[in-house]
Amino acid sequence: MRQIFRVRTPGPYTTVQDRGRISFQHVGVPVSGVLDELAGSVANLLVGNPREAAVLEMTFSGPCLQVLSEGVVSLTGADMSARVNEKPILPWRSHAIRAGDMLFIGSARKGCRGYLAVTGGIEVPLVMGSRSTYVAGRLGGLEGRRLQEGDILFRGEGESMSRPRRLPWIPAYSDAQTLRVVPGPQDEYFDQKMERFLSSQYIVTSHADRMGVRLEGPSIQRDPGCPESIVSEPSMPGNIQIPPDGKPIILLVEQTIGGYAKIATVITPDLWRIAQAKPGDILRFCPVTLDEAHHAYRLWRAFLEDIAATLETS
Amino acid sequence: MAGALYPEPRFRVNGDRALLVEYGEGIDPAVNERVRTMAELLRILRPLGLQDVVPAYRSFCIIYDPGVTGIAELKRQILQAQQQLANVSLPSPRLIEIPVAYGGEWGPDLAFVAHFTGLPLDQVIRLHSRPLYHIYAIGFAPGFCYLGGLDPALQTPRLKTPRIRVPAGSVGIAESQTGVYPLASPGGWRIIGRTPLTLFNPARTPPIPYSVGDGIRFVPISEDEFQGMSAEGVP
Repeated sequence: MRQIFRVRTPGPYTTVQDRGRISFQHVGVPVSGVLDELAGSVANLLVGNPREAAVLEMTFSGPCLQVLSEGVVSLTGADMSARVNEKPILPWRSHAIRAGDMLFIGSARKGCRGYLAVTGGIEVPLVMGSRSTYVAGRLGGLEGRRLQEGDILFRGEGESMSRPRRLPWIPAYSDAQTLRVVPGPQDEYFDQKMERFLSSQYIVTSHADRMGVRLEGPSIQRDPGCPESIVSEPSMPGNIQIPPDGKPIILLVEQTIGGYAKIATVITPDLWRIAQAKPGDILRFCPVTLDEAHHAYRLWRAFLEDIAATLETS
Repeated sequence: MAGALYPEPRFRVNGDRALLVEYGEGIDPAVNERVRTMAELLRILRPLGLQDVVPAYRSFCIIYDPGVTGIAELKRQILQAQQQLANVSLPSPRLIEIPVAYGGEWGPDLAFVAHFTGLPLDQVIRLHSRPLYHIYAIGFAPGFCYLGGLDPALQTPRLKTPRIRVPAGSVGIAESQTGVYPLASPGGWRIIGRTPLTLFNPARTPPIPYSVGDGIRFVPISEDEFQGMSAEGVP
């Protein structure tokens, strides 16, 4: 374990995240973890880490970090026009850094969340099997909070690669996206309005965080006779809940239980697109069957495996 | 109340990696008991690809890895497990006693609750510490219990403006609900007391001393007892 960074400025919302706490929702602890699994995985692979190592997740803009020891870093996700000292560095590839360097990470030009990985992973204590920060629960990461000025970050053990790595392509971030959804779990509450929901476009509002994203657009009312709320039940990332005002909310990774009916659920391979949607972006929803969703899920896992294989042999 | 139980569980697709399994309508102890036993049984049987079983009031949610299993297989295993219910003996629900110092600095809203309900302070404490509360669900915050069984005489509305910070261990009332804040958080419940116990401890396995279906009783303690009690409940 070595000191790697001193935080000079933390950025608006920078947290340590890995793949999350996968088996503690029954005690009320949400999964947390990187919102953009694609960018988080690739950031790690570029520096020779396992895909699920801990990285920094940066929202809207990034921190300024003083480098305390040599290492290899990568930046993925939103392009935050980073530079080392005065020299701009390109995202989606690895870069060597040395003690005394200053790593400046700016504002997102495309996309919403950037990821910074370092060889060996960001080292913080494991809490319930994960290093992910859950700010509302004050656990994981750095004392359960976002980064602040003066923090010292450590990295774990890891071997630097002999050659730099780069992804031969980069994901395109668009300000209008179509997300695939599986209807339900309460789609029968919205039989009369499903068509309206699926044919409308929604705008991402500024009420968006790791718990959920509120959307603005055509209001969706429950069918006559359906209750305003349901008996609280476990929720999942991607659930699109419809509160009484009819404005959809997409739930993300910091909720375990909820009492609003859910019209549909975004499929796992499309969740990263929500992580990169910023206020003002447009979302549309396209229904798929569960079989189609599972097919897409298998393709998604295979795609991540392919990227890993490509980068590991590069 | 067994009439509220469905003859067969009902399944709802909850996205591409979760399945909701419902056992009845509404908020009912018999339905919740079935949810609890089935959730425990599945935890023991551990079907391939199962990542978590999250019980709530009338349903549990199975989170699975679609790369390993599918809902046809999971439904089959759930129905099969149900056949075994009669043959297995699962742990009975536990009774957890939670010591609470009522009023004073620990319960700044006790006087309001007494005023609102028209009851003397000691009667509010007596009515609140008498029932055996049933844990119907855990969520909203780590270790937070949705409890059933509050005496209707104690129902009090929420604060008009939520507090920015409610200390960990605070015991509150909101309409027909009562509960404990396991962690400090913002909150709008009327706070009537506080427990010295640390209910949620991520370093402990399991991190909370109760699960869905268990019973909770609040035991009034004095300020001195509160001061003398450790976070683990050892005097």
